[in-house]
Amino acid sequence: MKNFIFKGILRDKGRSLLPVIVVSLGALLTVFLYSWVTGVLGDSIEMSSNFEGGDVKVMTKAYAAESNQFPNDLALLHVETLLEELEKVFPEIDWAPRIRFGALADFPDSLGETRGQGPVAGWAVDLLSENSRERERFNLPAAIVRGQVPEKRKEVLLSEELAARFDVNPGDSFTLFGTTMEGGFSFVNFVIAGTVRFGTTGLDRGAVLMDLEDARSAFAMEDAAGEILGFLPEIHYDDRRAQEIVTRFNDRFGQYTENSGEDPEFSPVMLTLSQQEGMAQILVYSQAISAMLIVLFVAAMSIVLWNAGLLGGLRRYTEFGVRIALGESKGHIYGSLIWEALIIGALGSVLGTAIGVALVFIFSARGFDFSGFMQNATILIPGVVRPAVTPVIYYIGFIPGVFSMVLGNMLAGTGIYKRETSRLFNELDV
Amino acid sequence: MKYTTLLVTGLLAGVLFPGTFQASLFAQDNPEALALLEKVDNNQSSQSRIFESSMTIHGRRSDRTLTSKSWSKGEDSALTEYLSPASEAGTKMLKLGDNLWIYTPAADRTIQISGHMLRQSVMGSDLSYEDFMDDRKLTELYHAGTLVQDTLRDTRVMVVELIAKVNDVAYPRQKMWVDAQKYVPLRQEMYARSGQLLKRIDLYDVKRIHNRWFPTRMVYKDMLKTGGGTEFRIESIVFDADIPAYLLSKAGLR
Repeated sequence: MKNFIFKGILRDKGRSLLPVIVVSLGALLTVFLYSWVTGVLGDSIEMSSNFEGGDVKVMTKAYAAESNQFPNDLALLHVETLLEELEKVFPEIDWAPRIRFGALADFPDSLGETRGQGPVAGWAVDLLSENSRERERFNLPAAIVRGQVPEKRKEVLLSEELAARFDVNPGDSFTLFGTTMEGGFSFVNFVIAGTVRFGTTGLDRGAVLMDLEDARSAFAMEDAAGEILGFLPEIHYDDRRAQEIVTRFNDRFGQYTENSGEDPEFSPVMLTLSQQEGMAQILVYSQAISAMLIVLFVAAMSIVLWNAGLLGGLRRYTEFGVRIALGESKGHIYGSLIWEALIIGALGSVLGTAIGVALVFIFSARGFDFSGFMQNATILIPGVVRPAVTPVIYYIGFIPGVFSMVLGNMLAGTGIYKRETSRLFNELDV
Repeated sequence: MKYTTLLVTGLLAGVLFPGTFQASLFAQDNPEALALLEKVDNNQSSQSRIFESSMTIHGRRSDRTLTSKSWSKGEDSALTEYLSPASEAGTKMLKLGDNLWIYTPAADRTIQISGHMLRQSVMGSDLSYEDFMDDRKLTELYHAGTLVQDTLRDTRVMVVELIAKVNDVAYPRQKMWVDAQKYVPLRQEMYARSGQLLKRIDLYDVKRIHNRWFPTRMVYKDMLKTGGGTEFRIESIVFDADIPAYLLSKAGLR
């Protein structure tokens, strides 16, 4: 029967083409919307994790309380020892010490006098070590607009927007005027190795990215770091896993500073990404929005396709009458109807998913540039958004495509059992 | 009847336009308070001065002391050179009018500080660049308002309220406890326009130097910062000394 039905669907285009197209469109839209919502929200969270918070972050308690001001006078000390401990206890996590800072970039004229200056937000990360994954987290070298990734000390990356505003180029030098860990003046000359655009307006306005050791030297922070970020091996942020790490950290390191004799205010504290300032709300909000959008859309598509199945079943009311009159059993007719729906749903879903996945791959590679709409954004939102390629996109289109189609036909098919042979000739106007 | 009407009008104006009411209260100086302020100015102002000082910053983690030598002429020109610690030695700050430059031998650069940067802390202390720069007479900047007698640290003081009469002043309101005999401020509280207390200075060790009374130890506390405040000590001071012109120019920075 299955072969017979399958051949019938392929040969009788009038019966199968439109339902297959409708199911394909539904599956395609479902795949793309799921991928889009997951991509946009996931990119924002991933970006926050890579640039700001890690999956978990270790700071001193005092630093954590004012972390939005980058109070490096309250930074972690004896970082090498702490890192060794962390690597021993959590070998699965990649630990990345960083220094965040606010400073003034002063661009000199040919006589060395101030030609222009502007505030910068600085990131000091391990750019030069061979096994460091920080370049990857900052999307280097793909984010380079001009020049190259720093290859030696005293070379930095400047945001393209800042470089353009002050008309500086790779190879030019400028002075960074900041504050040392003790509060003293810090004036250090740096060479611009390249300019970058990260695709997030808040960051692209005035970022400086330098090697960690340069910042340690500039801000008198030897063996110190404002924060140590921990990155779990999972691609996407997993809050439950991060919470487990924090619990283990607190059990193990709760006594750390008390043993070291330092003020408890400066003992290390670990926070998950969701516990960091403003992130909890963003994570809950994005997960809720994502789930709501996907459920709503899948439900809407299911209703549309269910309705298509229902209409398809009703449209064939006469055909079923003739088949009953010819002696075909009602159960056989009902069974063939469900099989047809299953095959059409599967064909449409495969087609729609294939096209949807192809589009997701194309747009994931290209991205949609919305940076023009976010000129004044101050929070970390990616200017270029991409649909996400996740395993779910390969099957989510089948939910409305197959199940709804079959359900619709199952419902429409119940009418078959209400037909009475004695009244068939009347109904069929024979 | 006339006084009642005035009072009601005044209160109404105060409710509707609080700033206007406050300003109108101080639109003219209280003569007694003004006389007091003039005496304070006479003690604090000079044609020129050269002094050596130390500044101890009580941070949350540790204390740090810097020493410096300063030269100033009138209200507009001043140069400070940091002498220690070694990491800051040779760093110079030059003020000429409304401009401020910093020279650092580490980078061999002269950098101009302007705009909102002037409100930033100097060397992590409780003083801002604006605090360092503003050397104008109090009578030029503020209307002197109410005057109240009080006692501070066993000294009879006059408490005077000051309201800015110019716009380019770091603190729109001040409250000052002035030694009633020596005419030297013993405490100053600086407020924002909103009334928020921004900074407090306690002044100690008032000494007679060159026919004037002068406080030689000041404790600054930025009320918006954590930390134990900044102690500023004048180790030696000479008033009305000759200062070579080149020293108070950009050439003097290097």
